[in-house]
Formats: sequence, C-alpha cells, structure tokens
Amino acid sequence: MLTISGLSKVYPTGTHALKNVSFTVKEPQVVTIIGPSGAGKSTLIRCINRLVEPTAGTITLDGIDITALNRRDLRKVRRRMGMIFQEYNLVERLTVMENLLSGRLGYVGFWRTYRRAFPAGDVAAAFTLLERVGLSGYESTRADALSGGERQRVGISRALMQQPNLLLVDEPTASLDPKTSRQIMRILVELAHERGTPALVNMHDVGLAQSFADRIIGLRGGEIVFDGPASHVTADVLTEIYGEEDWSTTIRKVEDEKGTPDTPRPERQDRLTRDTPV
Amino acid sequence: MSTASPLTQPGDARRWHRIRTIENPWVRNGMIVLAAAYLVWSTATLEINWIRVGEGFPRAANMILRMLPPDFSRWSLLFKGTLESVQMAVAASFVGMLLAVPVGICGASNLVPRPVYLAARTFIILSRTFHEIIVAIFFVKIFGFGPLAGVLTLIVASTSFISKMLAEDIENMPPGQLEAIRATGASFAQLLVYCVSPQALPRYLGVSIYRLDANIRHSTVVGIVGAGGIGQVLAASFSRYDYDFSLAILLTIISLVFFGEFFSNWVRNQLR
Repeated sequence: MLTISGLSKVYPTGTHALKNVSFTVKEPQVVTIIGPSGAGKSTLIRCINRLVEPTAGTITLDGIDITALNRRDLRKVRRRMGMIFQEYNLVERLTVMENLLSGRLGYVGFWRTYRRAFPAGDVAAAFTLLERVGLSGYESTRADALSGGERQRVGISRALMQQPNLLLVDEPTASLDPKTSRQIMRILVELAHERGTPALVNMHDVGLAQSFADRIIGLRGGEIVFDGPASHVTADVLTEIYGEEDWSTTIRKVEDEKGTPDTPRPERQDRLTRDTPV
Repeated sequence: MSTASPLTQPGDARRWHRIRTIENPWVRNGMIVLAAAYLVWSTATLEINWIRVGEGFPRAANMILRMLPPDFSRWSLLFKGTLESVQMAVAASFVGMLLAVPVGICGASNLVPRPVYLAARTFIILSRTFHEIIVAIFFVKIFGFGPLAGVLTLIVASTSFISKMLAEDIENMPPGQLEAIRATGASFAQLLVYCVSPQALPRYLGVSIYRLDANIRHSTVVGIVGAGGIGQVLAASFSRYDYDFSLAILLTIISLVFFGEFFSNWVRNQLR
C-alpha cells in the first residue's frame, strides 16, 4: 500500500513542482496521472523512489517511510519499486538478457554482477518474462538493435524482474506509434493485474489513459485537481485539468479493445534487419 | 543606383543591411590598421640576421651531403635505443590506462560529488599544463638520465589524456540509463560495472590505443633531453656530428611511428 501525504517539491530554480499532494493507493490498481506538461507528473513519480528528493511531506510504502531512509535502506526499498521510462533507458550495449537481469542488481553482490553470475532462478524467470512479452529468442540481442516497442517490452520486463510491490511508469508510450502504444499499455496493465502490482502511470494521452486505467489522478500546477474512476472523467474535469478546449473528440471509450489479439511476434523482415550490424 | 527587383513593387523603400560584429566603421577599420602595424613592428624588431640566414642554406646542403648515405653499421646501438623507446611507450601506456580509470570516473560530474569532481579535474588540468619536454627535464633532474625519467613523463601525459577523454565520455552518457540502473537499487560499484563500463569501454580502449601510438612518437622526443630511448641516441649523434648515423636513426623513427600509427588505426577499426 502506498500513502503519500503533504508531498511538496521546490527545485533549486524556485519552481514549485508539487504543492501538498496527498493520495493513497490501497489495492492493486492501475492509476494514471494526467495533466499538462510541467504539472509535476514526472517529479511526483521520481519523488516516490527519491530519484528526486522531496522538499516536504511523507511517502509510505507498505509501512516504510521512504522519505526518512538513509542511502543504504533507500537502495533496499528501491528494489521493491520497478520503474519504466519514456525513453526506455536500457543499457544500450548490453544484451536483452543482461538488461532484464539488471532488475536483480539489488540482490546480488559486486563480483556476481561483474561476472554476470546471476542465480539460475533469476535467469529462468527472465526467460519466462521474455516469452510473456513476446520476445522469446531475443535474449542475446543487444538493446541498441531493438525497435521502440521491443525496447519498451524489455523495459517492462526489467521492472517486473524486481518482483516489485509498486510500478512507477513515466510516459511509457510517448515515444511510440499509436498501435504499439496500445500493445504496450495492454501488456503493462495485464501484467500489473496478473501479479497484483499497483502501478502509477504518467500519461499525456487522455484517451489512452481512460481506456486502460482503473483510476485517474489529474494534476495541474503541482496540485491534485481530480481523483476518481476513469469513467468519471468528463469534459468539465478535463477543462479543470488542462483549461478550456473542445474535449468532445478526446473522451472516448475504446471499443476495439477485444478485437485484435496481442501478437508482438516480429515479422520476418524485422529479424533480417536486426541481424545486420548497426 | 539600385537595380529593379522583379520580386517587389517599385517604390518600396524598406532597406536592410547586415549586422556587423563591430558596428562603428572607425573602430572596425582602426583595429585592422592597428593589427597590421603591430605585425610590421614585431617583424622589424626581431633582429633577424639576414646574412646569417643566407649562410644557412649552404650549411644545410653540406649537412645533408654528410648524412648520405645513412650509416646503419652501429645497428646494435640503434636497435637498443628503439627497443627502449617502444618499451617506454608500452609501459607508460599501460600504467596510464590503469591510473586513468579512477581519475576519469572521479572527473565525471554526473557520477561523483562536486568536491571529488573538482579535485580530479584540477589534477587533470595541472598535469596537462606543461609540455612533455618540460616534465621530462624535471624528472631527469630528479632521477637522472635514462629511461625511468622518460617513462614517468609519458605516464603523467598518458594518465591525464586518457582520464580526460574517459571523464568526458562518461559525462556524455544519456542520463536515463544511469537513472534506470540506480532505480533498481544497484550500488555505485554495480552502476559502474553494469552501466558505465559497457557504454564507455569501446571508446576507452580506442583512446588508450591512440595514446600508445602517441607515446611511441613522444618517447623519441623526450630522449633528446636525456630521458632515454632512441631520442637520446639521436641527440648524441648530432652533438658528435655523426650525421650519417643521425639519418639512420631518423629513418628508424619514421618507420617506427609509421608502424605505430598503422597498428593503432588497425586496432581501433577492429573495436568499432
């Protein structure tokens, strides 16, 4: 369970990114955070694992006050929070398998890391995840040879390798085309539900957020201006979050969800391209 | 005066002129005149003895004649000097490579706290301040003539060069990868071997090989001030007017440097 209370962040530049933000995630649900650029979405996500140091307020995950931890204990609690990024942030020159196994770095020592000697169970779990996200056979491919959608599948798998109690997801689809975006969101939401892991997902695509979220939090100027089920997001709510605009084309319930089966298997052509040196 | 343009109506009086770095024409042209005057004055006051310059040409011709044909008869001395130069270069490159890793990491502002960064950068700047020859003279004064002074000189130069390149390479890494690995709960040492090392290794090796090539060239130079190697043999032959032997040494150095560059290019191509 995640509890955030009175969270504020003021950057050294004077920017007031978050103002007294409080909310609780009690059950394994997908919570998307929407809001205009600069509303504080990224800051909020990064305060939770303290990649950004909060200025005030407390963050509690399963009874541990994250804001009070020293560096060593912070590393321990970071192991339990998987993070997924807009730019995937894979280590480009490492293979897909090494990128997945980096999710276990918090559990192995330095020399095992150096020799890539991860426990056999970790490797087996990685193979299972690769199959699950449709990347079987990619384990020895270098990350810089993958397409955007493939990279994000690896990014999701790396986060899940941590067996996280919470997923922090920062604009997972903002660099992807619309079709790949839906596939990625579908995988992400399915896996979060399967494993009972709550997920906080920053998004700026309102339609996509609505179709995949259990709950939506609206941020504006560093403050929460909406918090409720996805179905409660109306034109008035969007005006409250983003300002005046014609929202009639934005709000839509996506009907084709059950239509296409999720087949991320690469086409023959993809494989040929991958095999040529980059 | 102005030609009619087909793009616009006649009588459109709007004009535009380019923006000069120095707008005032008096200041602008005045600076050009001053610069030209200084050039004339400085050449005039250099006291170049043109008669002595004239004498130099026959001397050069004489020297070249005495160089021919090159004398390879003292090949054992030549071989010993060359080998010493190569050994100095290889040893210095290797030690420099090793020392550059901690210095380079400490010099990367995205990895270490500010004071560590400033200390490492100060070290790099200080060791790059003086030319190899000056450092070599310094070490010859301390440790005496011979290859030790040369090796130490080249170690200082290699360490600062490779660590500067490494630090800049690490600083240019995309911050997201570091952020992602930190977010998994990895320690600093794990961050280094799992994220920084794979990303920075190819260029680090390339720079080190380039430095080996540079060290072979520099090892021939530091010998001239007595720091060992083939350069020391060269300096001695000049001072004894053994110009034919000097030419033999010069030809050896040329082929050595040529081979070094060829090798360095080959290895760096393999690394790509």
